[in-house]
Amino acid sequence: MTATHERTDVTASLNTTSPVTPAPPAGAKRELDALDALEAEGIHILREAVATARKPVILFSGGKDSVAVLHLATKAFWPGRVPIELLHVDTGHNFDEVIAFRDATVERLGLRLRVARVQDYIDDNRLRERPDGTRNALQTVPLLDAIAEGGYDVVFGGARRDEEKARAKERVVSLRDEFGQWDPRNQRPELWNLYNTRHLPGQHVRVFPLSNWTELDVWRYIEREALALPPLYYAHEREVFERDGMLLTPHPAIKRRNTETLATRVVRYRTVGDASCTGAVESPAATTAEVIAEVASTRITERGATRADDRVSEAAMEDRKKEGYF
Amino acid sequence: MTTTAPAPNASAPPTPAVPVTSLLRFATAGSVDDGKSTLVGRLLHDTKSILADAYEAVERVTRERGGEGVDLALLTDGLRAEREQGITIDVAYRYFSTPQRTFILADCPGHVQYTRNTVTGASTADALVVLVDVRTGVVEQTRRHLAVAALLRVPHVIVAVNKIDLLAWDRAPYDAIAADVADHATRLGIEVSVVPVSALLGDNVAVRSTHTPWYSGPTVLDLLETLPSADQLDAHEVETSEGVSGWRFPVQYVLRPQDAALTPEYTEYRGYAGQVAQGVISVGDPVVVQPSGLRTTVAGIDTADGPLTRASSGQSVAIRLADNVDVARGDLLSSASDAARAVKNIDAHVAWLAERPLRVRDRVWVQHGTSLVQGMVTAIRGVLDISLPGGTLDASIVEGEQLDLNDIGVVSLLLASPLAIEDFSTHRRTGAFVLVDTQDGATLAAGTARAATPGTGTDGYLSI
Repeated sequence: MTATHERTDVTASLNTTSPVTPAPPAGAKRELDALDALEAEGIHILREAVATARKPVILFSGGKDSVAVLHLATKAFWPGRVPIELLHVDTGHNFDEVIAFRDATVERLGLRLRVARVQDYIDDNRLRERPDGTRNALQTVPLLDAIAEGGYDVVFGGARRDEEKARAKERVVSLRDEFGQWDPRNQRPELWNLYNTRHLPGQHVRVFPLSNWTELDVWRYIEREALALPPLYYAHEREVFERDGMLLTPHPAIKRRNTETLATRVVRYRTVGDASCTGAVESPAATTAEVIAEVASTRITERGATRADDRVSEAAMEDRKKEGYF
Repeated sequence: MTTTAPAPNASAPPTPAVPVTSLLRFATAGSVDDGKSTLVGRLLHDTKSILADAYEAVERVTRERGGEGVDLALLTDGLRAEREQGITIDVAYRYFSTPQRTFILADCPGHVQYTRNTVTGASTADALVVLVDVRTGVVEQTRRHLAVAALLRVPHVIVAVNKIDLLAWDRAPYDAIAADVADHATRLGIEVSVVPVSALLGDNVAVRSTHTPWYSGPTVLDLLETLPSADQLDAHEVETSEGVSGWRFPVQYVLRPQDAALTPEYTEYRGYAGQVAQGVISVGDPVVVQPSGLRTTVAGIDTADGPLTRASSGQSVAIRLADNVDVARGDLLSSASDAARAVKNIDAHVAWLAERPLRVRDRVWVQHGTSLVQGMVTAIRGVLDISLPGGTLDASIVEGEQLDLNDIGVVSLLLASPLAIEDFSTHRRTGAFVLVDTQDGATLAAGTARAATPGTGTDGYLSI
């Protein structure tokens, strides 16, 4: 079997409809296009961090960014299995479709997934439910505990600098102290493609292979690599109600006010985080190509459109990251 | 894009809605209040890269602070401390594209105390945009940024002479600054384009100004859209120069799946994973492994997408070798013609980025390519005096006993074991290294190995 043949296996395993992927022409391209360059950079970052890690882990939620990171990992370590465990912090409010997709992906790739559950922490009173019912901010403690219990020293995430302006400041390799805190005023210089993952016992590094990708890059990559995603990302009919300009789906954690009436609309999700604070957008985009066209012409940022937790203040993300958030 | 869409109901044909273009990384730098953040905001605005909610948020915050219109600097200053102090502390990365190109912009701080962050932003840049206020001309911080560009060999420097509207678009002050810049550039050995701009009004940023009929050159965006990237330059050099076809490949990771092989035929697979650092690798090329000096040939170039016959600078691939030689992470594969050479003594320009000073006999880790070895400072040959007007990097080096934060100096290092460190002026990747603290792992310095300059009496350069 040739290596080309192998590619079909790898991508098919991440793919529900299994399109036939034509083999790329042999021989180096004279010039890498932007997506080739981003992929090569992402693979370099993954290999570099894994090579210097004692025990690496990928934060894998089943969301599109973590799907892209995991796909890069399958390419970086081909023709072997991805030598990295997966970790997911389950808020207990995740979409069922996303959890199912997560588990199916893990099984197909033969990987090990550790799940840290916010619900466990609420059940034994280590964390208390917030008045607004959202749980995004509650993920930090279970995340840090899972990192410590797993003995992970290199933690890969799918965060991108174009998501939010505090993220825009973060290094590809970001040092976290014993409390998981990011110190934005004292970041290490990061030169060329020489990534420094060294840290003291108790510290760890977060590593973001998609740092330089935009939302549009991720979608073009999903199209090019024929990656499967949870169906929520594509247009579907759903009962939703409107709050603060966002379309929320009925959920036990959200108290719907009398004025908030349910209506069936054609929507899709641009991000698939905690269902209690992630909104859908009205969209007819049912295919990857249509999503790409939509994202390319959109006038609202991804988080601005769909994340209630980032609308709190100018520094909402910075504050969460300082406390050890993703 | 050659694949079909995988989405549910994949009915629509895969129309590439947005063409994938080449990538240019550039950085912006300037001293305080020269309008750098405004220039960045102007570039983003005129290329229609600011999304509606981000724009409205900036409008709202500008208003809340008693300002008028839109303070474009608020778009990039992402940290609370930055907004409170109205300055840029760390590099902000921004992403935008035009029909011609995709850009990664590293917006760097201007304050001298944050030079370390500017060095971070400039190290990956294909181009550096340096802002100069037309009313003040070239200042110390301009010289520092030009020196950083020379030190890091940023392929192109664009000096944007800003605020020309404040001097009624007068040509004379611009001409004087352009001549001054050209003089510095020649002596530093860097390639510079000078453009008269008003970031506030948009003159010659993305749109040609009607106020500067005396300027016939390109706009800032014209330059950014047409300049070749470092990888493109590298590929071009390899194509056009005879005999200088050497390639470099630092080994990152040995792919040896054994029981973890995806299919049984890969159980015995052995490939060396890495990113091509320079040149074009072809199957069949004779190889030298450094530092061991072992010789073999390239048996195959693999990727998860299938085998290649050639791989060029910037590509992440896996190399199979014809013979079962001992190769590990940290080794450098290079073409047998124009091969790299492992050395134990180096002289280097060092940009010192740590609070504590660097002194003779200090021990450090030297991180080079994918290798990490101990090093010891055997001499500090001098420190760059940024206040000396003009002069080459070396001519402005004065005597010094230590390097302090943000100093650029020339340092001799003894390595605990040989590394294939090469002359940075001809080998962008294999000539670069960082120094790392042996205790807490902090990144201390950016280093570029230097060629011996005749007559300066340096004798330690790149020797065994």
